Formats: sequence, C-alpha cells, structure tokens
Amino acid sequence: MRVELHNICKRFGSVQANDDVSLIVEAGSIHGLLGENGAGKSTLVKILSGFMTREQGSLQLEGHEVNIKTPADAMQRGIGMLHQDPLDFPPLSVLDNFMVGQPGGLFTHRREVIRKFRQLAVQFNFALDIRQPVGDLTVGERQQVEILRLLSLGVKTLILDEPTTGISASQKDALFAAARLLASQGKSVIFVSHKLEDVDELCDRVTVMRQGRVVGNLPIPAPDAQLIELIFGEELAPPAKNSTCQEGVALALENITIRSDRLNIQVNHLTVQQGEVIGLAGLEGSGQQLLLQLCAGLLQSSTGCLQIKGIDLTRQPYQTYLNTGVGYSPADRLREGLVNGLSIHEHVALKTSSQGWFVDWKGTLKQAQTAISLFNIRGKPDTKVERLSGGNQQRTQLALLPVPLNLLLMEHPTRGLDIGSTLWVWQQLLARCEGGTTILFTSSDLDEIMQYSDRVIVFSGGELSEPIDAKKLTVERLGQMIGGKLHYDSPVMAKRSTKHPAKR
Amino acid sequence: MDTSQIISILSVAIATSTPLVFATLGETITERAGVINLSAEGTILLSAMVGFAVAKTTEGLGTVPSLLLGFGAAALTGAAIALIVAFGALTLMQSQVSIGFVLTLLGADLSSFLGNPFVRIPGPTVPSFKVPVLQDIPVFGPLLFQSDLLVYISFLLILLTWLFFYCTRPGLMLRAIGEQPAAAFVRGTNVVFMRYFYTLLGGALVGIAGAAFSLDFKAGWSHRHTAGYGWIALAIVIFGGWNPLRVALSCYLFGILQSLASVAQSTIPNVPTQVITVAPFVMMILFLVLTSSEWLEKLLKLLPPRIGWAIAQSIHSKPPAALGRVFQQD
Amino acid sequence: MISKISISRFNVYQVGSLVIALAFIAGVILMVGGSPLAVVTSMGAGAFGTTDQFARVVATLAPLLLCASGLLFTFTAGLYNLGIEGQIVLGGIAAMIPIRLFQEILPAPLVIAMAITAGALGGMLWGLLAGILKVYGRIDEIFAGVGLNFMADGLALYLIFGPWKKPGVASMSGTEQFSEAIWLPTFGKTEASPVALVIALSLLLLTFIVLRGTYFGLKLKAVGHSLRASYILGIPALSQLLSAFALCGAFAGIAGSLQVLAVFHRLIPSISSNLGYLALLIAMLSGSQAWLLLPIAFFFSALNIGSLQLPLSLDLESSLSGVIQGTLVLFALLGRGFSELNKSDLNKTVNH
Repeated sequence: MRVELHNICKRFGSVQANDDVSLIVEAGSIHGLLGENGAGKSTLVKILSGFMTREQGSLQLEGHEVNIKTPADAMQRGIGMLHQDPLDFPPLSVLDNFMVGQPGGLFTHRREVIRKFRQLAVQFNFALDIRQPVGDLTVGERQQVEILRLLSLGVKTLILDEPTTGISASQKDALFAAARLLASQGKSVIFVSHKLEDVDELCDRVTVMRQGRVVGNLPIPAPDAQLIELIFGEELAPPAKNSTCQEGVALALENITIRSDRLNIQVNHLTVQQGEVIGLAGLEGSGQQLLLQLCAGLLQSSTGCLQIKGIDLTRQPYQTYLNTGVGYSPADRLREGLVNGLSIHEHVALKTSSQGWFVDWKGTLKQAQTAISLFNIRGKPDTKVERLSGGNQQRTQLALLPVPLNLLLMEHPTRGLDIGSTLWVWQQLLARCEGGTTILFTSSDLDEIMQYSDRVIVFSGGELSEPIDAKKLTVERLGQMIGGKLHYDSPVMAKRSTKHPAKR
Repeated sequence: MDTSQIISILSVAIATSTPLVFATLGETITERAGVINLSAEGTILLSAMVGFAVAKTTEGLGTVPSLLLGFGAAALTGAAIALIVAFGALTLMQSQVSIGFVLTLLGADLSSFLGNPFVRIPGPTVPSFKVPVLQDIPVFGPLLFQSDLLVYISFLLILLTWLFFYCTRPGLMLRAIGEQPAAAFVRGTNVVFMRYFYTLLGGALVGIAGAAFSLDFKAGWSHRHTAGYGWIALAIVIFGGWNPLRVALSCYLFGILQSLASVAQSTIPNVPTQVITVAPFVMMILFLVLTSSEWLEKLLKLLPPRIGWAIAQSIHSKPPAALGRVFQQD
Repeated sequence: MISKISISRFNVYQVGSLVIALAFIAGVILMVGGSPLAVVTSMGAGAFGTTDQFARVVATLAPLLLCASGLLFTFTAGLYNLGIEGQIVLGGIAAMIPIRLFQEILPAPLVIAMAITAGALGGMLWGLLAGILKVYGRIDEIFAGVGLNFMADGLALYLIFGPWKKPGVASMSGTEQFSEAIWLPTFGKTEASPVALVIALSLLLLTFIVLRGTYFGLKLKAVGHSLRASYILGIPALSQLLSAFALCGAFAGIAGSLQVLAVFHRLIPSISSNLGYLALLIAMLSGSQAWLLLPIAFFFSALNIGSLQLPLSLDLESSLSGVIQGTLVLFALLGRGFSELNKSDLNKTVNH
C-alpha cells in the first residue's frame, strides 16, 4: 500500500518531536527510516499507527486522505506496527497472543486459527510452538508472533520499529526474508532503524531524520559516509576537554557478565583512571545503563570482579558501594532519582540522615535554599519534586549528589537543560574531576560525548567497544560504531576517510 | 468411616460452598480484568440482607417470583457497590484498596442497620430439587444431584466461566486486559469501559453469593451472619490462581474443611466448638501462605526436578500482571 | 495565585463531599423510618448526656488513638496494615500471661507494667509476622493481615475454651475476671482510665514527633512514596518497612492490653471489638496528619458510644455509627479524587 505523510507536526512540551515531516512510501517497497536517538522516527511511525495523535499534517493511503486516531483505526486501514518493546501478553500462549483482537464471533475457533497460524508460519519459515507462553520466548520469536498476527489481520503496510535490537543473526535473516516476501506481494514495509548495515541490506529507499526534521531521502545503495553525515550532522564538536586524568586506578572491571532480558553484556577488562571522564555512546538501551548500574552496585555480575579504588566490591551490598564513595544519578528521575511526593527540602534533609535522630529542619532549610540558588533550581524548598520541570528535577538530582565522590555515574547529565545550564553543569562536574572524581556518563547527544570525555566507549546491541581516545574519534567512525560495526578496522578506516571522504 | 459417610461429608461440603463459588468466580472475573474489589466481605453481608428483605416482602407473590426478585436485588446491590469501586478506582484514580476497604465496613454496618426488622425470621428459601434419573447414579447421584437448583446453577457457572475464559474471544480479551492493558488497547479495546463492565459483573455475582447465603444455605438473615466469608473468598481467588476451575475446587476444599470440622466436633469433644468453627478459615489462609511464598519454591527445588516442577505448576500461579494498576491512555 | 485556586477548589470538593455524605446518611435513616434530627439529639445525649457516658467515650478514645497512631507509621510507609485487629488480640492475649503468672506474687503496679509491656511485644510479634510475610514471602500485607486476624481470633478462642477456661464451664463471656487490684485505676466508678488516656496521648505525641521531626519518620515517608528511589538514595528500605509493621503492632498490642486491664478485666473472644478497623478509617480520613487524629478519633468514639442509645430511645440499630463513619470516609475519598482529577485537568489545559 502506498503511504503518504504530509507536513506532520508533533510537540512534547518544549521539544518539537516532528517538525513538518513528510514521507512517501511506495507500495511494494521497503523504506528505511534512519536517525539517532530522539530524531523523531518513533514519533512519526507512532502517529501513523494511531498510537499518538498528530497536531498538524495529513495522512494519505493509496492517494486517499484518511484520519487515524486510534490503533484500531490504523489496523482497520491495514497499517500494523511491530513495537520496539514487544506489546504482548507474556503469560498467554503463542496461540492466545495470536488470537487476541482477532475479529470473529463469540467463540475462538481454535482449530481454524491454528491452521491459519501454521499456514502463515510455514510461509515465513518461523518455527514457533503454539502452546508456549510468549514470556518464555526470545525477543526475536515474540516479534515473529506479532508479525504473523498483524499479517493475519490483513496488514498492507507493516512498520518495524528497531526490530533488530536483541535478536539473533538467524532471526534477523528470517525477519528480513519475511519483509522481502511482503514487499514482493505488493505490501509496503517501513523499517525504522539506526543500523546502517541493516538498512543497507534490506531497504530500497531511506529517509534520514535529525532533530525532528527530514534531512535526506535517497535510494539504496547510498554511501555510508553520506548517510552518517545526514544522521549526525556535518561535524561533531571537537574534543574540548583538557585531560583531568590523575595517577591511580579508580575503577577496574575484570571479566564481567551482566544479563538482562534483552541484552547480554560481557566486559573482559576495563580500567579507568582517577579524574577521568568516560563517555558511553550508543543508542538508548544498548547496555550503557546496565554498565552504570553494575558500577553503582545495583546490578551484580555473575562472574569476574569489580574494584573501586583498589577495594574489591564484587557481590558487595549496595550500601558498601555508597560508603566507598560511589554516586549514581539515574535518567528516570521520578522513579529512581528522586522520591516522587517529597519536597526539595525533604530530599536535602534525607541527605544528612547520618547525623543523629532528629532532623534539623531549620539547618536543612538553609541548605536547601543554598542548593536552590547554587544550582539555580526554579522551585521553593517546599516544592514537591514532581511539580518541578524536567530540567529542574535534573538540577535537584545534581544538587543531592554527595561531595566528595570517588566514582560518579551519570545517565544523561544535561538532558532537558538549556545551553547555559549545560555549560554550568559541566563546569561543576569537571571541577569534581579536578578533585579526583571519576565520571562515567551516558548521553544521546554525541556533541556532549565528544566535548567532555577523555575516552569514549561505544555500545551497540549489548556489545561494547574498547575505550577510544576522544581526540581520535571522527563522526564517521562513531557513526559506524553506533550502527553496529564496533570493531571496524580503524587504521584503514582513518586512511579511507581522509582520502575519499564521501565515496565507498 | 464408611463410603456413605464420606459421600455425605462431600455432598454437604459441595452444597455449603456454593455461595462461595458465586463470590469467588465473581471476584476472579473482576481481578482478571485488573481491578481488585476488596469489598467482598461487605458486599456479601449487604446483599444477603437486601436479597432476603426483598424476597421476604414480596413473599405474597409466590415463592419463585419472590426468590427471583430477591436474587435480582442482591445482584444489583453487588453491582452498585462494584460501581463505586470502579468509579473511585478507574475514573477518580483513587486507591482501589482504600475504597474497597471502606465499602467492606460500610456494607457490613449498613446491612445491620437496615436489616434489623428481618433478623431471624423465616422467609422463602430455594426449594430442594433432585434431578430425576441423574440422582440415581451411584456415588455421583447423591454427591451432586440431590440438592437444589442454586447448586446446579453454580456447577453451570463454573463451566460457563471456564468456557468464557478459555474458549471465547471476549474471554481471551478479558485475560489480556488484566495482563497488559496497553497491548489490549493497541488491539482495539476500550480498556476502561471493559474494566467497568467486568467489575460490575463480578460485583453482581458476589451479590448473588450473599443471597445464596440468606435465601438458601443459612435460610434467613441475622447480624454479621456471613462474617469472614468475604475475606475467605478473596483468599480463595488467590489460592485458586485466578483460574475458574481451580478457584471452584478451592471453594470445595474449604467446604470439605468445614464439613470435617463439624465431624470433628462430635468425635473430639474436648476441642471447643468455637475453635473448630474458625479452624477452616485459619487452615485456608495457612494453605495460601504456604503456596504463594517463595519458600515453597526453594523447598520444591530439593525434590527431583520433574516432580518439583509438576507441583509448582499445579499450585503456583501469578496474579494478572496489571492487577490493581491504573491504565491511562496517553 | 495558582495555589490559592487549588486550595479553594479542594475545599469546594471537601465541603461538597461532606454535604453529600450527610444527605446519604439522612437518607439511610429515613429509609428505616427514623428522623435524622431525633438521631442527632439521641446520639448527642448518648455520648455526652451523663458523666458515665462521656467517660465511656474517653475509654474508647484511648485504644482508637493508639491504633490510629500506629497505623500512621504503616500508612506513611505505604502499607495497609489490615492485620491490626489481630495485633490488638495478640496484645490482649500477651497481657494475660504476666497477669496469670504473677497476679498473686508481685505488686500490682509491676504486674500492670509487665502486662502492658507484654501486650506491646505480643502485638509487635504479630505485626512483624505480617511484615515478614510481606517482605520475604511475597504475600500481600492485606491478606497476610486478614489471615493473621483469623489466627489470632482462633488462638484467643482456643485459650478461652481450653487452657484458660473458667473453672466450671467455659463460655463466650471469656476467662475468669482477675483480681481487682490489677484493674487500671479509673475516674471514679466509670470506665475511663487516666492511665490509658495518658499512654494513648503520649504515644500520639510521640508519633507526631517521630513522623515530623526524625530521620526515621522522613525515611519512612520516602519509602512509602517510592521504594526504588529510596533504595537508590541509600535508605535501607526493607528494614524501614519491617519497623513500621513492628511499631504499629506494638501500638495495637498496647491497645489490646489496655482493653484487658481497663475495660474487660479478662480475655474475651472479640477483645478488639473492631476498633482496629475503625482506627484504619480514622487514619484514612486524617490523610496521615497526626494532629487530626485526636479530633477525628474523639468524634468517632462519640459516635460509637452515642449510637448505643439508639436501640433504647429510637428503636434503631446501633450500627448506625458505623454507617456514619464509613459514609464520611467513603465520600471524603471520592471528594479527594474529584479535586485531584479536576486539578490535573486544569494543569492539562494550562500546558496546551
């Protein structure tokens, strides 16, 4: 089905997620949608699939203007979306998941559905046990169930949102084969991704988005260098930071394994100096957060050992980490970083809790006022943290971090802050580094990573690169690595990019 | 103890647990949709009173019409209380537990206050009805088919609920809503509306349970007549793993405990009656504690893996993932 | 400006819900052919007509205050301690132990002190049990609590009809009364005991101070709002939860021991008389504000005692007090919901 989106606009608070975005997908084609974190890809496809409402713009299917307000509307018109995180029912069986929402009479007609399911599964070469609860399946298999379900409903346009994260190579092959088969049947596929090689392999055309706008639309094959330039902008900010590294190892990881339901992370060996700043780059959910939580003591490795300042903290309780001078500032401010329902003043008071039985409300009020003016928080001491804006919550979180610290782990230290505050925040953080604090931080802003890191580790789908000196990074190399080519042969790459910057 | 004695214990057990079957199946439906209606204790008390009062005042119309009116009024009472829970929880986003708890106490006190004129007076009761032919089947006949219509309806209800859950499209969607409302919404359901509907339906069944006490098994009404049964119903739903068949079997287990208790009363006279009356409640809760804690899992790991797994599968169960959580469409 | 608007809106909903609640109560009274006005006068007279009646209001106030104070700890920690009834019963049972053992050996004041301490320990044990089931057994505290209530009732019945039964014949009226020396002193010949009242008021004050002024209270509040965030901020969340259960249990246990020492002078089957559940309503209505407990508890206690007159004076059931209490709390909750709902609607329109 031919899909056209014209002049779509969508805003979340102060962020313009989609700014006058237009996209045309031809019937029988696989169309890639590329862009980094927060470029607006997901927002766009969620609008198309009825999951979000648009503020402006129009949708056309097969040349006819349509209005899609709910997922049910979209389904009815033949648009189905495979969500990045499986939206299914873990305890229900594969068959039940397949059946939920299928049209029909009162009864489920199990036998007929099974026949239909098997027929589709054979067609796409998916091997699924219909009785197994989907909660026991891998992410790739859950996607397969969902794709079969969407197809059985007569989907004419299939949206795949970052489908290749966390699935095996053979599952990826099966997925791609399925997508090609659909395109050959005259259906259209929209493939949202950040991985160049996947887009390269699968798509007929690609649209690149950056900061809520469409910045390019070209046929595949397209030169990697050109795509990377479109995705990340022409140039990265130059590394601006003077080294704050000091003698002495602050953090040492040896043979660490972290498992989550989607990712499996292996760190063979990593040492970080005192005062050093390590930027963790990569798409959100590629494993950066897991590494930070491990270093914070909130996750445990099943193997190996972890040392902070020479103290072995492997499998020690979280409290020991805190006592060793480890600070963690999570991205989910209202669920993890701050206590929803408590005021700024109460947060400041909690920080002083080692001092006897009674809270010195007057003294802590002064401290809270000092913190508010020092960190320029727009709020009063008795303002509940959930009433603060995102940026001010971030400032509060920063104000609450203990001084001094040996190791500071920050997720998105400046998300939601304006430029002036960002500079100010980093001034504070770098001052801590001068004092010997080691910082590991994640950011979806590559400029920030480049500007403030001594070394950078790139994450992709749970794998992580060797730490790379920020001064040796180029936008192309970073783009390739984020896109999955972590172990790109760097000397060759450097040579190529100097000689033929835009050709491959 | 001979066979006929065992059969009589079992048949008494089945009959006495019939009201609980209605209550627990109702609560199972509600909780499967993701809503906790904690008010069962108050709902049963109040609807028992209302059902009896309505049947008593309409007694002149004849037994059957008055009974029907009584059961209808009880169902409406249950649904009305459920409506308050649903409105408070789903529309006003207040704590389901708080509202349910207040309604528990309010229902109990309202039943006492309003029902004062109806205390311990004779009224219409569901007549016994032996199913022809079937009652003559050895063992099963006396066990299942020699009681009254309400008991047979409860059998039917168990079957229908099970069929609804596992063989119909709306039933599948009901299970889906309680697990992952966002995914159910994507599949085209109005989650909040369906939750209202199932909360009311479940409440009506709990209401019928009340009338089943006052118009059948206790044959009359008195203050705090059914105290404890609402709480035990809530516990049985958990113990039965939110599965209609297992929930119903758990009700019968409770019934058997009660029958055994009354047998014990005559055989071991030195344990006081009052203790024996409470014993089934205590044992049921102990069962619940034992089966739902993680200590059991540790214990099962000591067994051979296959046996351990089989036991774990049969007694362990997870609540609907979204139970008690508000769904906000964004 | 905005805060002023929201405060006045809040008041509108509170007053509105109160009016509807009163209308509902009046409707219920009219339904049984009573007169709401007559009920008000009768209940007023029932609670405050004679010193004896007023003394009973005060006597009921003490355990209510104790339980509601204890419940503030669990509510602050985000827990519904429905096991409070059982904790009262265990307090009563535990208080009987030193009384039975030492009533003829040791001086009375010492026995009384031991009984109250034992009551606190017994209640604490029962509270901790619910807490352990919640924290380590993954059993919702609501069902753990209700289950433990059944068990406590069973235990009390067993003792009354078994090992502690009255010489001669055991009965629902409880164990044999213990010697008058161990009864808590009362105001004149009434039921109100100054000792019980002083204990209740000082523990209320303690609750107020702990929740307002100490790190323990502040941490409890943090844990109640967000277990995860509190843990990350370095608060030992699980031990905070257990302490809340233990404290609430201890307070309820003291209430149980006072019921034994001051009111019944023996162990009876339903020693808690539903006071624990009533205290839950009081704590809910107070919105976890300690200073509101005293007036609400006093009012509820007066309702309880006042309603005892109703069967005699107006031929109405005394459970009307429960109807009034439940209705007030229900509509207060719904009113709170309405005000929050409209506040968030207001915010939405501001944002757009």
